[in-house]
Amino acid sequence: MNDMYGKGILKGLSVSLKRFIETYADDLKWIGKRYRTEEGIAHRSSKDGRGIFTIQYPEEKLPVPEEFRFVPLLVYDEGPDGEKIMRCTSCGICSRVCPPQCIWIVRSVDPATGRPFPDPAEFYVDADVCMNCGLCAEYCPFDAIKMDHDYELASFGRSLFDKARLAKPASYYETIRPVNSGRENAARAAKEAARSAAQAE
Amino acid sequence: MATPAPVAALNLSARFPGSVTADARPGYSGWIVEKGKLLEVTQALRDEFGCDYLSSVTGVDYLPEGKMEVVYQVYKTTGGPGLLVKVQVPRADPVEVPSVVSIYPGAELQEREIWDLFGIQFSGHPDLRRILMWEGFAGHPMRKDWKEAYYEEDGKPFKTRWPEGKHALAESKNPFGDNISYPAGFDPEKWIPEDAEKALYGALARYEVRDEAGLGTDHVIVNMGPQHPSTHGVFRIAVMLDGETVVSLKPVMGYLHRNHEKIGERNTFLMNMPYTDRLDYLSSMSNNFGYALAVEKLMNVRPPERAEYLRVMMAEMTRISNHLMAIGALTNDLGAYFTPMLYALEERELILDIFEAVSGARMMCNYFRFGGVARDLPEGTLQKIKDLFFERLPRRIDEIDRFLTENEIIRARGIGQGVLTAEDAIKYSAAGPLLRASGIPYDVRRAEPYSIYDRFDFEVCVRQNGDIYDRLMIRFDEIRQSLRIIQQAVKQLPEGPVAAVKPAYQVRVPAGEAYGRVEGPKGELGFYVISNGKPSPWRYHVRAPSFINLTAFGPMCTGQKIADVVAVLGSIDIVLGEVDR
Ligand code: SF4
Ligand code: SF4
Repeated sequence: MNDMYGKGILKGLSVSLKRFIETYADDLKWIGKRYRTEEGIAHRSSKDGRGIFTIQYPEEKLPVPEEFRFVPLLVYDEGPDGEKIMRCTSCGICSRVCPPQCIWIVRSVDPATGRPFPDPAEFYVDADVCMNCGLCAEYCPFDAIKMDHDYELASFGRSLFDKARLAKPASYYETIRPVNSGRENAARAAKEAARSAAQAE
Repeated sequence: MATPAPVAALNLSARFPGSVTADARPGYSGWIVEKGKLLEVTQALRDEFGCDYLSSVTGVDYLPEGKMEVVYQVYKTTGGPGLLVKVQVPRADPVEVPSVVSIYPGAELQEREIWDLFGIQFSGHPDLRRILMWEGFAGHPMRKDWKEAYYEEDGKPFKTRWPEGKHALAESKNPFGDNISYPAGFDPEKWIPEDAEKALYGALARYEVRDEAGLGTDHVIVNMGPQHPSTHGVFRIAVMLDGETVVSLKPVMGYLHRNHEKIGERNTFLMNMPYTDRLDYLSSMSNNFGYALAVEKLMNVRPPERAEYLRVMMAEMTRISNHLMAIGALTNDLGAYFTPMLYALEERELILDIFEAVSGARMMCNYFRFGGVARDLPEGTLQKIKDLFFERLPRRIDEIDRFLTENEIIRARGIGQGVLTAEDAIKYSAAGPLLRASGIPYDVRRAEPYSIYDRFDFEVCVRQNGDIYDRLMIRFDEIRQSLRIIQQAVKQLPEGPVAAVKPAYQVRVPAGEAYGRVEGPKGELGFYVISNGKPSPWRYHVRAPSFINLTAFGPMCTGQKIADVVAVLGSIDIVLGEVDR
């Protein structure tokens, strides 16, 4: 080799040096705004981000995108008197599509008639078995089961989520998934309108 | 490149009248070879018909028909579609088939796997031991009548979940021990193999013990792993050393084995999609791709244009993120501890941000569906993709290149080390960057274009020396080609739907067999799926590049210093989720 031995190493080290300087240069440029601010976090992971890249979790958190999925929740609508109206009809599709078979549903039976009625008596998601695949939410025909954004679920024991633990209001669902819920609400409203129009005829 | 004669047109039954017949079962293809003629036929395939590359071998248990089948996939490394060759034997122990290792050495680990999981013995195999299950395990788990621990029913969905789905913890219902059959008097806690030395190290070639001027020499066996930082997971390497020089080396695996294929045969077709994420968990989009292709072949659907583009974009992003990881991990193994790795991870995180926005998860993407993808790009994602793949990544890849590739230490440890010749690469069924760094320009995207790869302008990367350094460099080359593909795809991305069929959780898959293969970041990733018209696949096999690439690992290390074993392994780039399945 004609080149001086060590030239390649020095060339590499210059990259490290550049990055080192950039970190401080950006710290100075963004003084007071680089850490623990929304724009600082967004900038650090943008195409122009330089220098320090890491997020100081848990003081800082990366925002999660709308589609982010982590363990399902059951949506309920709030009635006029604040009662919880579960959207789930116990149809069982989610429990049949679930790949690790971690959804367990007990259908309610009306004691008077002996006929099943929609609201599930029991609904479990074995969150330790759940693989967060999102298929349940994808195939539920009633927009009743949706994927949550809450990923801080560490616990000392087994996490078996029952109906009370899974139930979350539609308003919460709409804040974490505004685009999806808007689209679904519109589709449901259109269906409703079509149905009442058909009835009026 | 001249188009080679399509392999499928070869008429094997004319060449071997009476002993080779065309597979006439509806939905099947290829040839059924008489067991006694197998070696003759495979030799002719390799030497006369030019099918020099054995891509995969697997078993199928046709329990109702009382038959077992071994399926061989062979290709020409000059390109073109492959050929399926099958041997059928009665399903009565001992089930025995001649080993093709003498003709295609790439079958070595795969035949061991079939022995382990199906109990098919390969006569003439040089080292027929269990590979994924432990020594002393009784039974062959991929047989259709074998029941796993926690067995509930033959197929999902299980009846206990709905409408009377009273929850019960799986572990309380089936305490450990149930459903596992041990030989009489066998206690797993106390068991020691009869001849432990032979069971564990018998396959290692010994060298001659010499006496040099009164100083006796003897071999030393070193076990690297299963807990070792350089093995990239729970993986063991048994090496026989003469001083510091490797005499013989055998990979020992199975620590992460979960019988993925058995789970796959209990699952419905759709349920398998998120499970494929967990094979090579760094490349879930590619895994989805291969599986979707196989099932779509059976269903005879094609995704709409926009979905095709999205698929290609995602698969190429996966390749970049995988190669970044491979470059980082290899330089770690070479002693450039974690600075390059973190530079690479930084860029990879941004790619994962895009996966998360599109699919909902950074690594377990579960994004592909039969006949399309799960959803369209959310608002703003396309801009992010443009920012990253047109502006930032080209710049950053050059920087990492500058950072590493002229480094004298990396060159000294990489150039001329761990050489795999072109001939050996084909012989041992090496795939992907490992094959191409040895001078064989074989890339499934060109050899047998799938999806819409024929529309893109890109080069099949190839390097000539087959050493560690070339395997590092080819990953930079491939990243640059993937960037080109993504840029073209973004520019051409049409509007339109992303699913060809209405999303349905129960898909009807007509009976037959299909092999879907993609050029995954680690090599040819194939899914061999057999449907019998039921909701679950009858057979679901993964041709795992990480696993098969390890066949060449021993030969590549022989004669090297032990310190280089780590670097050779790093340059193969394995993921244990895929090796062990
Ligand atoms: S959550 Fe949806 S899919 Fe599941 S049982 Fe309720 S309505 Fe059916
Ligand atoms: S996210 Fe997947 S694994 Fe979890 S409950 Fe839903 S379907 Fe089952």
